[in-house]
Amino acid sequence: MELTVIGKYRALVIRPDDELDQHSAENIRTEADRLLKKTGLCNVVFDMRNVRFMDSSGIGVIMGRYRTVCTMGGVVAICGMNSLIDRVVQMSGLRDIVIITDRLQNALEEVLSVCLKTV
Amino acid sequence: MLKNSMSVEFMAISDNERFARSVAAAFVIGLDPTMEEISEIKTAVSEAVTNAIIHGYNDTGRGRIVMEGTIYEDSVEFRISDEGVGISDIRRAREPLYTGKPEDERSGMGFTIMETFMDSVEVESEKNKGTSIIMTKTVKQVGK
Ligand SMILES: Nc1ncnc2c1ncn2[C@@H]1O[C@H](COP(=O)(O)OP(=O)(O)O)[C@@H](O)[C@H]1O
Ligand SMILES: [Mg+2]
Repeated sequence: MELTVIGKYRALVIRPDDELDQHSAENIRTEADRLLKKTGLCNVVFDMRNVRFMDSSGIGVIMGRYRTVCTMGGVVAICGMNSLIDRVVQMSGLRDIVIITDRLQNALEEVLSVCLKTV
Repeated sequence: MLKNSMSVEFMAISDNERFARSVAAAFVIGLDPTMEEISEIKTAVSEAVTNAIIHGYNDTGRGRIVMEGTIYEDSVEFRISDEGVGISDIRRAREPLYTGKPEDERSGMGFTIMETFMDSVEVESEKNKGTSIIMTKTVKQVGK
């Protein structure tokens, strides 16, 4: 997993490795929350370009970060999903509460614009 | 007609989620499934095994999980069993978004995903005895 702070967009970009299940979710949770706390960033972008497999544990991780940033006026975006992940996200109703884009750049621009509107 | 069968038993630890779904994917290869069908089977198996680990055995790492696979003419059946706490209200457990562990960031989507990606999902469970999930899927067999 890679975590990148992009100050210009007030965003933490989380780039999970190839398989996102309960096992890898644990690590994402602790590392991402540690950084969010330390930096005070309000937006989270899940960049799924490397993820080939995701089950409902991934949905749990995304929902969990959504709850965290919501209280800070931030938003969550997901980009670069393959069709399998897209179906799982679709089923969970996450589409109604997070921003979904193909490319990372679009996700960053969208989270920033939502964030600026709410301030 | 039964064409193949297998069974594996492994420790109830989260490292084995990947192991279990890889075994399941390798087992169905003989049926000549599409990439999409393989992904669906892997996801459903991952859900059932994860549930056995974190709900059945409460994430203690103690206990064992048995995964049995059977291939028929054009379909596959997986039975994933634990000897954990069991499910008292199966109907409620299967509802979308229901989770018995809301404090743990569970999404409650496991059963819904199994039902969507497989043709049938049966649950056999007894309190304090354990749970078996039996899932079947017909494979389209592109090559035939
Ligand atoms: N093998 C099992 N042993 C005991 N309880 C289970 C088992 N599988 C599922 N459950 C119960 O069914 C509920 C719903 O499962 P699921 O749809 O996968 O959602 P989640 O795992 O996110 O809670 C679980 O929260 C748990 O209470
Ligand atoms: Mg589950």
